[in-house]
Amino acid sequence: MSETTGRSSEGQLRRTLSALRHDPLAFTGSAVLVLLVVVGVAGTWLAPAGVNEVDVDRMLQAPSWAHPFGTDELGRDVLSRVMIAARVSLQVGLVSVGIALTVGTTLGLLAGYYRGWLDNVLMRCMDVLFAFPVLLLAVAIVAVLGPGLLTATIAVGVVYTPIFARVTRAGVLSVREQVFVRAAISIGASDLRIMRRHVLPNIAAPLIVQTSLSLAFAILSEAALSFLGLGVQPPEPAWGRMLYDGRGFVTEAWWLGVFPGAAIFLTVLAFNLVGDALRDVLDPRQLTVSEARRSST
Amino acid sequence: MTEYAAVPRQREPAEVVAELDRLNVWFPTRAGVVRAVDGVSLRIRRGETLGLVGESGSGKSTAGLALLRLVDPSAGTVRVAGQDVTRWSRRRLRALRRRVAMVFQDPQASLDPRRTIGASIAEPLIVHRLVDGAAARRQRVAELLDLVGLRRELADRHPHELSGGQRQRVGIARALAGEPDLIVLDEPIASLDLSVQAQIMNLLRRLQRDLGLTYLFIAHDLAAVEHMSDRLAVMYLGRIVETGTPAQIWRRPAHPYTAALLSAIPVADPQVERRRRRIILRGDVPSPVDPPAGCRFRTRCPQARAECAETDPVLVEVDPGHRAACLFAGDAVRAMSVTEPRRAGGSD
Repeated sequence: MSETTGRSSEGQLRRTLSALRHDPLAFTGSAVLVLLVVVGVAGTWLAPAGVNEVDVDRMLQAPSWAHPFGTDELGRDVLSRVMIAARVSLQVGLVSVGIALTVGTTLGLLAGYYRGWLDNVLMRCMDVLFAFPVLLLAVAIVAVLGPGLLTATIAVGVVYTPIFARVTRAGVLSVREQVFVRAAISIGASDLRIMRRHVLPNIAAPLIVQTSLSLAFAILSEAALSFLGLGVQPPEPAWGRMLYDGRGFVTEAWWLGVFPGAAIFLTVLAFNLVGDALRDVLDPRQLTVSEARRSST
Repeated sequence: MTEYAAVPRQREPAEVVAELDRLNVWFPTRAGVVRAVDGVSLRIRRGETLGLVGESGSGKSTAGLALLRLVDPSAGTVRVAGQDVTRWSRRRLRALRRRVAMVFQDPQASLDPRRTIGASIAEPLIVHRLVDGAAARRQRVAELLDLVGLRRELADRHPHELSGGQRQRVGIARALAGEPDLIVLDEPIASLDLSVQAQIMNLLRRLQRDLGLTYLFIAHDLAAVEHMSDRLAVMYLGRIVETGTPAQIWRRPAHPYTAALLSAIPVADPQVERRRRRIILRGDVPSPVDPPAGCRFRTRCPQARAECAETDPVLVEVDPGHRAACLFAGDAVRAMSVTEPRRAGGSD
């Protein structure tokens, strides 16, 4: 942690932005994310057609100028559906990772700071969650709570909580041994204050990296749940659901699967690219020795 | 060990700010119980500087941390401002921590890299609600920066933008913020450049004079503390082996370990230096897990005799206010071969 600790927060922000601008991959990734957010927020207005505008005269049409992504078996415009589904993916991704980040970070902080039995109980619970394959656990949770957007979100959130708990705990374990934490204790600062003001800011970097990477996996998980019919319920569009609906027409209407699939692929790729770039800038373990030395002096 | 290692100065029997009474701090480890501090008694009176000297591993820092209850005593008593705080809860201790402040050895590590200098200095003010309002707090931080000789603009900087000496001044300003009764200085100059060391020493001395501060000055070499201290205590393997004024210890070290420490300090006069005989201690400090039976120093003591293995010596008075834990403390001159003391007076 000592490398992170050599840099100020403003310097780090500047470094981060500059790295995202100058690394072509990271730049592409951020551009895709910006586009995705715009489409996600304003999709309903930007889309050329309504989500559920059925046109029986134009069923299963190949991509054309009128319908760049073609139409589905009910004559609905695939481009519009892909655009509007972006909102669901983003929403589930952001909210579920938000849940995972909040809960996981809190548990990790408590476990790493207090150690002892609390650490044991919390982390063993996390290990149990972690031991399940992601999708199996998500399916199990949805099976208990019933399918739907909200339960899919909760399920994905629960699934990714252990990662945040672990990343946080690992950071806390190293930061709490630092002299400045002992100094804060010697001043009489409360545990809550030390955790919020001293520990958390010093482990922000790996958490930011983990957040961006988890967003990619969360969106992927949501797509998988929707594909299995456990996420968003029709007629509301979701990329995973569209893949499922298109699977019966793979041979005659490839566009039904390819475009939502490409949307998932691009989104996950973009989050990963940005996540990797952030890791390069923020995560000290990835720094070269000379860079670490320079930044710590 | 019923005797107090540190005795009051004759001149002004001032109030005891903090004291350790037969304190043990033992750490259980895989290899066994480490007796970091083993029966140490210290008294620190208002306005004085007590120098606590010892090699690394002697337990001097642990004793300092015990005064703030930053380590938990295994036995014995920690008293601050007359109150027995040995068993206080974490919550209760928080208020106590305004009374005893600490300056750490490594100023870089002791400042949170993410927080500005001003925020670090203001932390005691916020924690103990000493100053209300952001503007008043800023004003107080500016005063504290003035006090330690730093420009006020530095309040908005981060630690990595400062030099080592400046950072240590920040550490001192933070310690002063709560207006503590006692400041524990844990080797405050050991990690600084030589020229900066002198500046920090001068600053500490000036602050003590102007603000009437009380210091426990922890150091690993006698030369560093003797100029500043009213009294000295020398530690070896978790025990205090000798205490007295710097003049007493300098002129006539009563414990062979102290004598060896003194002989390690070079003399600025080449003629004296040539004539001088150095006491070379052989071997390493024994493990604090399994200290030698009898006198703990006997395995390295040039004057050890058979009796030393049988009796664990307690501190006995060799002069008024000068005590040593050696069976032969009263015996003639120690092998300290410098004929005349380098400094006549003890402290400034």
